Amino acid sequence: MGDSQYSFSLTTFSPSGKLVQIEHALTAVGSGQTSLGIKAANGVVIATEKKLPSILVDETSVQKIQSLTPNIGVVYSGMGPDFRVLVRKSRKQAQQYYRLYKETIPVTQLVRETAAVMQEFTQSGGVRPFGVSLLIAGYDDNGPQLYQVDPSGSYFSWKASAMGKNVSNAKTFLEKRYTEDMELDDAIHTAILTLKEGFEGQISANNIEIGVIRADREFKVLTPAEIKDFLEEVE
Amino acid sequence: MLGHKPSLPLPPHRTPRSAVSANLATPAMSIFEYNGSAVVAMVGKNCFAIASDRRLGVQLQTVATDFQRVFKIHGKLYLGLSGLATDAQTLYQRLVFKHKLYQLREERDMKPETFASLVSALLYEKRFGPYFCQPIIAGLGEDNEPFICTMDCIGAKELAKDFVVSGTASESLYGACESMYKPNMEPEELFETISQALLSSVDRDCLSGWGGYVLVVTPTEVQERVLKGRMD
Repeated sequence: MGDSQYSFSLTTFSPSGKLVQIEHALTAVGSGQTSLGIKAANGVVIATEKKLPSILVDETSVQKIQSLTPNIGVVYSGMGPDFRVLVRKSRKQAQQYYRLYKETIPVTQLVRETAAVMQEFTQSGGVRPFGVSLLIAGYDDNGPQLYQVDPSGSYFSWKASAMGKNVSNAKTFLEKRYTEDMELDDAIHTAILTLKEGFEGQISANNIEIGVIRADREFKVLTPAEIKDFLEEVE
Repeated sequence: MLGHKPSLPLPPHRTPRSAVSANLATPAMSIFEYNGSAVVAMVGKNCFAIASDRRLGVQLQTVATDFQRVFKIHGKLYLGLSGLATDAQTLYQRLVFKHKLYQLREERDMKPETFASLVSALLYEKRFGPYFCQPIIAGLGEDNEPFICTMDCIGAKELAKDFVVSGTASESLYGACESMYKPNMEPEELFETISQALLSSVDRDCLSGWGGYVLVVTPTEVQERVLKGRMD
């Protein structure tokens, strides 16, 4: 309650030790569309709902899952425009790394640098934190990896995670369904089922997006036709 | 190669003069020849060798006979720097700094190819006011595959499968290595070959010499040896 008096400046701590703007940013994330990621033994899958505000919107023009490098992809929950800015910055950082070392950036390093950018916006004057949480999926020499990055700039490695509106149900579902030695195709089925759990309306190939990276280290966003095949297998 | 400045032939016989008058009487020398140096690296069977001379001079005067030109970056990666000694030292310090931070961030050692790219990028940053050095990078890669490369003073990489040379004695070194080198030499034979190539080349160059320093690196051990050649 007394915290609201301290929410005018992002860079001021409240007496309870919180940065209120970050809490609000997390609320923005929590009311965003559900997204999730699952790390399998031989790859990673990330997925999200793609609910458009009207049937008149051209769904092919909206791409919520993006690649940061050929072997790293990202999905978000929260504010789309903030996501686009972060994607742009991360891509640039990945390329700067390559220019210096002529080596593709390891997933952990890219996550670390992206998180550092997000943290900067919690400690600078005149800016606000990013209203997105990211799920970064990649495959490099250390195998398949899945990281979540929050508006505060903290990051965590997950075996499976969810964010957004339906987060608690989705996480419970994932906890039950996840196994260590899951194959990627099983993981994709599980991802679809998890999305279905909290889905309002009829799930179809045009209102979800799925991104996959396998041992070939190429991040791909599945086409609606491919999603349709997986949906049929699930039913 | 870009960094190779035309060198003025020095008069064969020089009567010793004091350092003060030497500056007035000596013809203009290339900055790469101010200190004098010779560095060479060779690839063997699952091993590599890197060697350098030990003279540090100020034009014609010898100032040190134990100068270090080959530096360790990590257990399986070594850097040799010929050219201006101050730039060699500074460049080495900057690279070690970058590598230590890399080790802390990425929790692993740098691969030789990656390190070579880093050196190249660092040198090109100073494109219009360069470090007057010619680096030689030698290391064992992921599966202990030997890797050597050299570059000019602004970072143009040159990979080689057999040997790389640099320094004021480079022309003699090219000749000596070309005739003495053969592929897939064992560490002992590689040591002999690189030592002979180095010593015979620096004997033909008045600015390098005063012995040699040879490092032979295999996946399991590193052998350092100091050579005694013509001490002049």
